[in-house]
Amino acid sequence: MSSWPAEPKYISHSTARVDAPAKLTGSARYSSDIQEKGWLYGMILRSKWPSAKVTAVNLDKARAIPGIKAVVVAREAEFNVRYYGEEIAAVAGTSKQACLDALRAIEVKAEVRHEFVVNETEALKADSPRVWDNAPNAPTPHVHENGNVDTAFPGCAAVIEGFYTTAVQVHNPMETHGNTVSWTDEGVTAWASTQGITSVRDGLAGALQLDHSKVRVITDFMGGGFGAKFGPGVEGVLAAKLSKAAGAPVRLMLTRFDEALAVGNRPSSFQKIKIGASADGLLQAFDAENYGTAGIGGGADAGGGGGGADIPMPYIYKVPNTRVKQSAVAINAGSARAFRAPGHPPASYGMESAMDDLAAKLAMDPLELRLKNDPSEIRQREYKLGAEKFGWKQKYQKPGSSPGVVKTGIGCAGAAWGGSRGDRNTQGDATINPDGSIEFRLGVQDLGTGTKTVIAVVAAEMLGLKPEQITVRVGDTNFPYGPGSGGSTTCPSVSPTVFDICTKALEQLQTQSGMADVRGENWFAACKKLGVSPLVVHGKWQPGLSTDHACGVQFAEVEVDTETGLVTVKKILGVHDCGLIINQITLESQINGGIISGMGYALYEERVMDDLSGVVLNPNFETYKLPGIADVPDIEIVLINMPERGVIGIGEPATVATAGAIANAVFNAIGVRVSSLPITPAKILAALGKVPPPVHA
Amino acid sequence: MNNPEPENFGAHSRRTFFKSLGTVAATAATAQVRSVAAELEKANAESVIGPGAVPVTLKVNGEKLKLTLEPRVTLLDALRNYSSLTGAKEGCDRATCGACTVLLGDTPVYACQKLAIEAQGYEITTVEGLAKKGNLTKVQQAFLQKDALMCGYCTPGFLMSVTALLRKNPKPTADDVKHACAGNICRCGTHPRILQAALSAAGVATASKTEVVNYV
Repeated sequence: MSSWPAEPKYISHSTARVDAPAKLTGSARYSSDIQEKGWLYGMILRSKWPSAKVTAVNLDKARAIPGIKAVVVAREAEFNVRYYGEEIAAVAGTSKQACLDALRAIEVKAEVRHEFVVNETEALKADSPRVWDNAPNAPTPHVHENGNVDTAFPGCAAVIEGFYTTAVQVHNPMETHGNTVSWTDEGVTAWASTQGITSVRDGLAGALQLDHSKVRVITDFMGGGFGAKFGPGVEGVLAAKLSKAAGAPVRLMLTRFDEALAVGNRPSSFQKIKIGASADGLLQAFDAENYGTAGIGGGADAGGGGGGADIPMPYIYKVPNTRVKQSAVAINAGSARAFRAPGHPPASYGMESAMDDLAAKLAMDPLELRLKNDPSEIRQREYKLGAEKFGWKQKYQKPGSSPGVVKTGIGCAGAAWGGSRGDRNTQGDATINPDGSIEFRLGVQDLGTGTKTVIAVVAAEMLGLKPEQITVRVGDTNFPYGPGSGGSTTCPSVSPTVFDICTKALEQLQTQSGMADVRGENWFAACKKLGVSPLVVHGKWQPGLSTDHACGVQFAEVEVDTETGLVTVKKILGVHDCGLIINQITLESQINGGIISGMGYALYEERVMDDLSGVVLNPNFETYKLPGIADVPDIEIVLINMPERGVIGIGEPATVATAGAIANAVFNAIGVRVSSLPITPAKILAALGKVPPPVHA
Repeated sequence: MNNPEPENFGAHSRRTFFKSLGTVAATAATAQVRSVAAELEKANAESVIGPGAVPVTLKVNGEKLKLTLEPRVTLLDALRNYSSLTGAKEGCDRATCGACTVLLGDTPVYACQKLAIEAQGYEITTVEGLAKKGNLTKVQQAFLQKDALMCGYCTPGFLMSVTALLRKNPKPTADDVKHACAGNICRCGTHPRILQAALSAAGVATASKTEVVNYV
């Protein structure tokens, strides 16, 4: 079995992001920056109705707009639109202005249905309008049962019941979804803003009925995905059709408005939790019902958009008697997609809130309750280390006992992420030139996590070179296969692959050069002996170098102004294990990012829909609030070094526990539970009895 | 650090129009209404440009850029789509994300909220204009060293905001940096590193808050 070097020089140290200079000087070309010769703008006309039958789309006037080169419909003949923002038609033209004019000139005839539903709770009612004609909005709930909750609860010393809800969160990567697509006789080339070049290629090939070999996807730089950018999307297919119709490359990037409607979100959750423990705090029974919406994806025939709304319950805890009922509710809204640790942040928030409510009922320190019930040895260790660094014992006071108008509180929560040991089909190759220069090519992509840097660091370590001597190329389906970047699996996919390429490169270079040691200072002399032909080596993922299942715990300290309801997060401490650290500085950035995203989920982010009109009311950054630099607290990180486990991804575990920790800190500060995310000032004031509860609490 | 006044691109500027309104305000109300209508008519007749394309000259990163643009084309659109300066990014096109931030003189502005014709006469600096001959500026170096970027899409905007701050205030506090970057959004969560990088570029030492603990 392979093993990583025992005393690494670059692995587990910090190397500056290898593509930082390109990103810092503006020379990095993102998918939205591609300017192919003769390129056209593309734009999409979307439904302004939450539900309608589109009977005719007249494109004639749009085609007549000066500068317009192609107009296509999203679907032929009559079709139904089931949410505000569903695609109807698309245009391509020589300027953004021409496209805007053309969108206005498209004539759409539709039978508008006034029967629609955009509220999960309403959609559950028997008399609710149906999103899909032939299926109820909510299928029969899945039920999982262990032991017997009905007989277990009466024996519990403490029982609490709570209703914890989370809002729909929108991915909102800084670069919107989109592609530049060129469709010529030779095939299709798509410069895609994607986290899965292969899945975009396969999706485009399928939709356009082309051989996979006729479609090439390139992603040199992309501006964030967070789970929403795996396939080509309707927008990618439309861009290709426009390109074919116009005979020119088409750049079709979504607007920020489009981004909120049609390209994914994290489902909501409505978690009714009943939990019971014995007097010593051991969990005995857990009974929960949860529903949430994945938009139209929850019903039948979701057209591939889909994504359920189930979450893992009772999350990280083992309870002898459990009953969990869950269902996804269809509403007239855009489908959910995977979003950084799908299912986990709402599960952590709900369960960890219930744990703190139970601790209060037992008059027990909530950290103590966790240590009694958390089955993970690693998290036990993380809680103890974190508590010491955070000063938990010194800071902890009983819920609501903080004096004054501005109250302080602390809270904690745990995370788990299964992930995987990497995609075992990951491959890559390297060209070693006689001058000693070396280029790696892997068919993965770097969505800002630092994948290119990971490849350079591993290669430099293995070959005894410096990271800056390694040329890394990713983001091209012409390179050997690599997986999509999801599930925190890219690092454990590429690291063992690069290990293998390097091992083979060293072996072959030894043979060809006749030198016993070709690493480091011997590298250039050995390469020179190659003569005129470069050495090309191919490698693939190897077992034994990576693993799965990461834990993590986070501690939060907040201030709550009981007059304004404003929550200020003062500090977050994240304690995370991630096996063998490959590159510490980019790892830390991933954890910062997870925490800040979790903070948005806890305090600010919510897609708001209007029950009466069915529209998304906040499809922009002025009303859909993200954390800004002034909101970001002091963040401290403790990395649990476990090199013996091999490589593990960190992207997802880092974002899971934040909302639960913040919510518990707010509860600890004010002594009453705000059981609904985001925890807005209005909800704080309502919980304190100072204002009536918000209508949609 | 005053910004150069834009070149006059028509006989009538908005400023002179409002000045003339101030004068007429002293006259009787009815006369004023008539006079405003007349002024408007006059302004429209004299300085209507467009809706067709007009010649526009921009001075970007020290070089003149001669373009032909409809007056409704924004500075961002002109940079990104009518020339090859794609460093400034479009994240929202409505003044909420800051990814398109460029400098007009020393002032950071959202390029999506400035018409290209209005930006004539200013010294415009985009992210491509920061590093001279491939040498990263102090701010760019600090961003690199502190890893103040991830996907990098918001990065040009933050770089311009921090660069503008340090030109105006070479010794900023953490609060100054937060204030200067309040108009920039990042979704990857690079904020703590941007704060560190800005302070580090100003010569303030910042310490890492990470601890590595061995499990076994």
